[in-house]
Amino acid sequence: MSAAAKLETRSTQELRRIVLSVAGWGLCAIALLGVIFPLLDIVGVVAGRGITALSFSLFTQTTTGAANGLANAIEGTFVITLFAMLIAVPIGVGAGIHLSEYGKNRLGSAIRFMSDTLTGTPSIVLGYFSYIVFITALGWGFSLLAAAITIAILIIPYLARITELALQQVPNPMREAAYALGATDGVVVFKIVLPAASGAVITGGLLGLAISVGETAPLIYTAGWSDQMWTGHFTQSPVAYLTYVIWTFINQPDEHSHQLAYAAAFLVMLVVLAINISVRLMVKRTKFT
Amino acid sequence: MTLRPFRLLVLCISLMIPAALCAVVLFLAGYAGQAISFNGLHFLWDVNWNLGDLYGDPVTVNGITIPPGAEYGVLAFIAGTLASSGLAIFIAVPLSVGAAIFLAEAVPVLENHARDRLSWLPPIRPALAMLVELVAVVPSVVFGLWGIAVLVPFLGHYISPTGNGYGLLAAAIVLALMITPIIASTLYDALLQVPKENRESAFALGSTHFEVVTKAMMPMVRSTLAGGIVLALGRALGETMAVLMVSGGGLNMLPTSLFSPISTIASFIVSQLDSAESDPTSMSVKALAEIAFVLFIITLAVNVAAKLLSSGALNVRSRKA
Repeated sequence: MSAAAKLETRSTQELRRIVLSVAGWGLCAIALLGVIFPLLDIVGVVAGRGITALSFSLFTQTTTGAANGLANAIEGTFVITLFAMLIAVPIGVGAGIHLSEYGKNRLGSAIRFMSDTLTGTPSIVLGYFSYIVFITALGWGFSLLAAAITIAILIIPYLARITELALQQVPNPMREAAYALGATDGVVVFKIVLPAASGAVITGGLLGLAISVGETAPLIYTAGWSDQMWTGHFTQSPVAYLTYVIWTFINQPDEHSHQLAYAAAFLVMLVVLAINISVRLMVKRTKFT
Repeated sequence: MTLRPFRLLVLCISLMIPAALCAVVLFLAGYAGQAISFNGLHFLWDVNWNLGDLYGDPVTVNGITIPPGAEYGVLAFIAGTLASSGLAIFIAVPLSVGAAIFLAEAVPVLENHARDRLSWLPPIRPALAMLVELVAVVPSVVFGLWGIAVLVPFLGHYISPTGNGYGLLAAAIVLALMITPIIASTLYDALLQVPKENRESAFALGSTHFEVVTKAMMPMVRSTLAGGIVLALGRALGETMAVLMVSGGGLNMLPTSLFSPISTIASFIVSQLDSAESDPTSMSVKALAEIAFVLFIITLAVNVAAKLLSSGALNVRSRKA
């Protein structure tokens, strides 16, 4: 029987159902393209215009003057991220250890809930909180320390939950065996549980790093902006950062500022996407083996 | 009872998270206190936000020192926030539902048929799912840059009657793109969890594949989907940089059309940094603390709702006997 003859034998209702199905799948396919296309376009536009703006002087000169680069912003983003991680990793991992190992009670679920609430709090609210406390009340002025603490508050809840989930994957008999050999709490966690889950914990740290590099809103009210390199002071000295360049320089009238904005966006995208893609590939590989 | 120093140590570290949250709430509320007592409920339905004459001699109203002529009303920003987030949800839900259904149901069929011949290809479904997830990690400010470079000129050229692309619609589209992966990956994971038996019995009754998805699978994941949508709403309400860059920064007016310039609460806080710094009475800093507190309360309520929905504490799935 040919396809045409087969179609004729179908009732109109059947036909309607088939047409609806085909149309439905078509719309779903278009929706998927609609989600993925902007991502590809963003990467294309930013990479296309960012790469042409890259030059050697970008990494050696500060944003001061006419012939300028991004050295101060690159350095600023680097130190803010570094100190934010130095604060966030011990606290986040420590909290994760508590939640996973000793947090199976009311207190544990209360902390978990508060941690999720902190994750859901808009970053600008955290930034404004830091502005009130560190800049105004404590009188630090726009500074590296205020920026690093703000970013740390932002990352800690992520790190805590990722660490908790990672430690949960470690089978209980390993803990029991260690306790049976007379190991103390600290030894069990640091010699047995944490090493077994180290991959996933490092993953969490990398994701926190990506968040830190890409954040803007909480830094506006804490880091301020500086045309100079970081002075080495933790307070009373504003710091430059890459995302600031993106949102202010794109609104400048001259083409050179636009180029700097695209170059900064390219660098930020490169770090964030590289971290996220490698983390996802890494996690997938460990699942298969 | 033996003392366990290690457990105590990690407990103390862990308690820093609630401490941080409490500090945020207390400082914002405490700092906003004077502004709350000065503005009263007026704050919520006054459209005008006027810093007053910052260079004039401060006047004292009801025992509180403010710049002359200052009034603080946030209705315009609440309206801008709700309008842009609502519109974003309206755009994002069909997009992400379609994308998730296609990923979960249509892609593996292609893969199974062709697996033997096309084994050299990378697995299609994980690759596509990863692309959708990657949308969520693009920094907000890069979305804003793309909005200024691509979206706003497009809207201004082809759609906007005034030729100006900045405004409510641009903000809503950028927000929609940013929250799609949240809804899509929630739904995608839920669809993969639907028991095989339910799918297969629907097939056995003669349903087309699309009917299996819409009539047998979607009703089962309805509450998870609702949770994902509310979670995405919470993210959209607090989104700052991308909205700030494409919204046109409208002040003291309610949005009247898709192309009205708007400000959301979050974007307004960022844009007010300079004036807050230059106010000698620091009243605007306090009023901004109040508006930040309002934003915190709104997102907290939305996130709690999302949690209740996805944990199934509220049974939204209507079961017909």
